[in-house]
Amino acid sequence: MDKVRLVETTQIKPELTEFKPGDTVNVHIRVIEGEKERIQQFQGIVISRKGSGLNETFTVRKISEGVGVERIFPVHSPRIAKIDKIRDGNVRKAKLYYLRHLTGKGVRQKTS
Amino acid sequence: MSAVLLGKKLGMTSIFDDAGEQIPCTVIEAGPCSVVQVKTKENDGYNAVQIGFEDIPARKVNKPLKGHFEKGKTKPKRHLEEIRFEDDEIDKKLGDTIDVSEFAPGDIVSVAGLTKGKGFQGVVKRHGFGGGVRSHGQSDRERAPGSVGQSSYPSRVFKGIRMGGRMGGKKTTVRNLRVVKIIPETNLILIKGAVPGSINGLVKITKL
Repeated sequence: MDKVRLVETTQIKPELTEFKPGDTVNVHIRVIEGEKERIQQFQGIVISRKGSGLNETFTVRKISEGVGVERIFPVHSPRIAKIDKIRDGNVRKAKLYYLRHLTGKGVRQKTS
Repeated sequence: MSAVLLGKKLGMTSIFDDAGEQIPCTVIEAGPCSVVQVKTKENDGYNAVQIGFEDIPARKVNKPLKGHFEKGKTKPKRHLEEIRFEDDEIDKKLGDTIDVSEFAPGDIVSVAGLTKGKGFQGVVKRHGFGGGVRSHGQSDRERAPGSVGQSSYPSRVFKGIRMGGRMGGKKTTVRNLRVVKIIPETNLILIKGAVPGSINGLVKITKL
């Protein structure tokens, strides 16, 4: 099993923005369209972090034109160019799935 | 000559490829294997090489095997496997080592191993039967095999009817798997997808 870990550590990003559930982040995603590569941004609240090591993922939720949108990203994916932390959240749970039932002002997060 | 290598399954993980795609893969510690014996048509009636994998201390082998390894100019090995060749040309000599450098990312391989033993299993798990209906007053037919035959003729159950029984623990080959990555320093080979066997189980990788 140690050698499996070894394979994984070569792919883990050395410098990672620290963020936790409740934080508002702006994820810069590399999108490849044919020849060209451009950056797409996705801003929202981190509602969960799952897994460990190389296989860790996080879920970002935002309300886009009145519709809730969630995207799941692998933390160490090379397709993520950058993660900007916009706001610190102050939440009491690790998984903020309850946000799915809230609308309007209820979605606002306390900031620390 | 197609490359064949023995290895040990270490477990599964996932890695990112150049396009950023996350690929599930099995990590196998493959080789180095050494050629213990070369069989030729003149001597043995067919062409083959015998390769050995994983060094073991000399005190672990009995005298006949010790002689066999001395003849092969190699250290004693835990596993031996014979690879047959159709053509006359064998480019391996006694004592040669084969390692992961014979493979390259993108190669299509088949992997053989001993599947995990599942014990005595019913027909639903073992043969993929659908089982019975759950409702309509059924109480004990949910995973039952159904009918196994006809009536007073033939008055017996035909041979080969699929029933419950021991499952797993059989040698299985999975073909058309892709090599994702090679790490020569640690003799690791990463293959996309799952391969048969338990962790630390012996697997045989063949280039197709």
